[in-house]
Amino acid sequence: MLQHYGPQLINLLAAVLLLLAFAMLSQRRILSLINLFAAQGAVLCVATVLVASVTGQSHLYWSAGVTLLLKVLLLPWILHRLIRRLNVKWDVETLLNIPTTMLVGIVLVILAFNLAAPISQLAGTVTRSTLGIAMASVLLSFLMMITRSKAVPQVVGFLSMENGLFFAATAAVYGMPMVVELGIALDVLVASLILGVFLFQIRERFDSVDTRHLEKLKEH
Amino acid sequence: MTAAMLLLLLSPLVGGAVLALVGHRRYAAEVNVTFCLLTFGASAGLVARVIAQGPVTALGEEFFVDSLNVFLVALTAFVAMTTSLFSRPYMRIERSHGRVSDAGMRLYHSMYQLFTFTMLLVLTTNNLGVMWVAMEAATLTTVLLVALYRTHASLEAAWKYFILCGVGIAQALFGTILVYFAAERILGAGIGSLLWTHLDAVKGELEPTVMSIAFVFLLVGYGTKVGLVPLHNWLPDAHAEGPTPISAVLSGLLLNVALYALIRFKVLTDGALERPFASALLMGFGLLSVAVAAFFLSRQRDIKRMFAYSSIEHMGLITFAFGMGGPVASFAGLLHMTVHSLTKSAIFFAVGHAAQKSGTQLMENIRGLVKASPTIGWGLMLGTAAILGMPPFGVFASEFLILTTAIAQQPWAAPILLVSLGVSFAAIFGKVQSMVFGEPTTARLPHRPALMPVFTHLALVLLLGLYIPPYLADWYRRAAQLIG
Repeated sequence: MLQHYGPQLINLLAAVLLLLAFAMLSQRRILSLINLFAAQGAVLCVATVLVASVTGQSHLYWSAGVTLLLKVLLLPWILHRLIRRLNVKWDVETLLNIPTTMLVGIVLVILAFNLAAPISQLAGTVTRSTLGIAMASVLLSFLMMITRSKAVPQVVGFLSMENGLFFAATAAVYGMPMVVELGIALDVLVASLILGVFLFQIRERFDSVDTRHLEKLKEH
Repeated sequence: MTAAMLLLLLSPLVGGAVLALVGHRRYAAEVNVTFCLLTFGASAGLVARVIAQGPVTALGEEFFVDSLNVFLVALTAFVAMTTSLFSRPYMRIERSHGRVSDAGMRLYHSMYQLFTFTMLLVLTTNNLGVMWVAMEAATLTTVLLVALYRTHASLEAAWKYFILCGVGIAQALFGTILVYFAAERILGAGIGSLLWTHLDAVKGELEPTVMSIAFVFLLVGYGTKVGLVPLHNWLPDAHAEGPTPISAVLSGLLLNVALYALIRFKVLTDGALERPFASALLMGFGLLSVAVAAFFLSRQRDIKRMFAYSSIEHMGLITFAFGMGGPVASFAGLLHMTVHSLTKSAIFFAVGHAAQKSGTQLMENIRGLVKASPTIGWGLMLGTAAILGMPPFGVFASEFLILTTAIAQQPWAAPILLVSLGVSFAAIFGKVQSMVFGEPTTARLPHRPALMPVFTHLALVLLLGLYIPPYLADWYRRAAQLIG
């Protein structure tokens, strides 16, 4: 049953991931953005469990567990606390208007699918067709990072880029060896803690967490 | 073997923890120096073993030391040690000027050790995944140090550093995943497919298409940390706004370490591909960095920013040399890595004290250093002469080798290199001359500056320019063979 529908379900979840990436790109409210990030983590976790059960790669269950703990529970919780403590405004301002961003996003998706095509032809995994989607979500998060002017959305973009990379690893090679995945998870966790500290320092100095204040250092 | 390896990595790791507990007590700087000395001792032991026995793996196959990385390990441990000697009076002066808090001092010392640890881990690990993790950790340990002064400019520099290097390093992770993907088809799933030694053994069979795409991602990723144009935007800001000892280790060590990671992947990509794909990319990016940095140099007003651009220029030159490849160019690249690292950190030591003495980093307000303090003034002047490639310093030897090889192998690139080197010479020399000579505008320092490290480094660079000891030359030659 699962053997039969599993790959189909994984493809469906991959499509949901792409949809969520677009939703994050178009989201104006910071709180919803964090919830979308948590949802992305949850979908990623379910997809990883599915891949694990279809292919019998038991170490993927551990990766899924780490994803659940870190990206669905811990990081969104930290981010929620952060915005409450920082008392930031609800709106996310973009440097580029949203319809334009979406159009650029579509171009990026096409680019990602083209780039991934030769690689996925070589892959022997059941998930190979989703490699393009993984790459597209990496590029979309990247787009989000550069089009947002506030610090917190940039951080969410950074974290969701890591989600995309994780999915790419699962799709292409059923995940990296465990030592490496734990190392990456540790880096992401430390990065978010440092960013938290950092956001407080920025606000203390500028009374806001708008990174447009951080544009003084330019070539004269 | 294992003992030296463990000591090398554990000493800075334990040092980080101990210094977090020691905090801002008076002897924190001495503890910092002690741990750095210990690390340097371990690296010397490792060098002796590798010279005697050739390439070795340790702790299973998790760590791997050959002639290429052992020389960088020794260099890293050495510069980390001299920088800790320099930072002892430097940070005390900063503390008494009230620029750093007690908590800041604790953070500084602890992170200094952890930063050394991450760099040594990148250099010695055999596992390409761990290499990525350690490289990202190197960014994380320094990001708060760049923001140590909590000024507008330093926060901005740190934010830029974090975001740009974070994005860059994410591309490198994708590249690493692709390399694992290529290796898994031959070596099977599991940790073995990420070990460099295993990959090196089968590099001829790796799928060329995947490896070329992977190398592009790795070049963008690790290239951001090397400071290659156009990914260099973080570098001048982070160097100018952070504390000077951090500028010295960023320029002298981190850039080298990132380039080392790139070279490891270049070896694999060259093995997998018939055509010189990686070489062409490295040459292109290297040349672009040299040219762009040279023309930005003359527009700088901040002394640390100016020398940061000079680092971009030199890293570009080294990248170009490795791109050309061949025994002579790779030899010159390795030699240039060594002398640039020693000279640039010496310059930053002198610049740090000069800026403290003048109370500013703006070059137009720094005057008459030789009169105010002959050692700082002459240290800066000699360091500048060395970095600009004046004979008899070592930089002259390596630049000469790179240029002559370029004229022979890539004649189209030689004029670009010559013009860029000329432009940067004019820009830096003119500015430094007016800072060093003339009527002084300086104040007294509350602590004696540490100038021993400056002159030690410059003496070594001079020595390397006059005479490269045969065992060292042999060592470079063997490492150059590995790079190809």
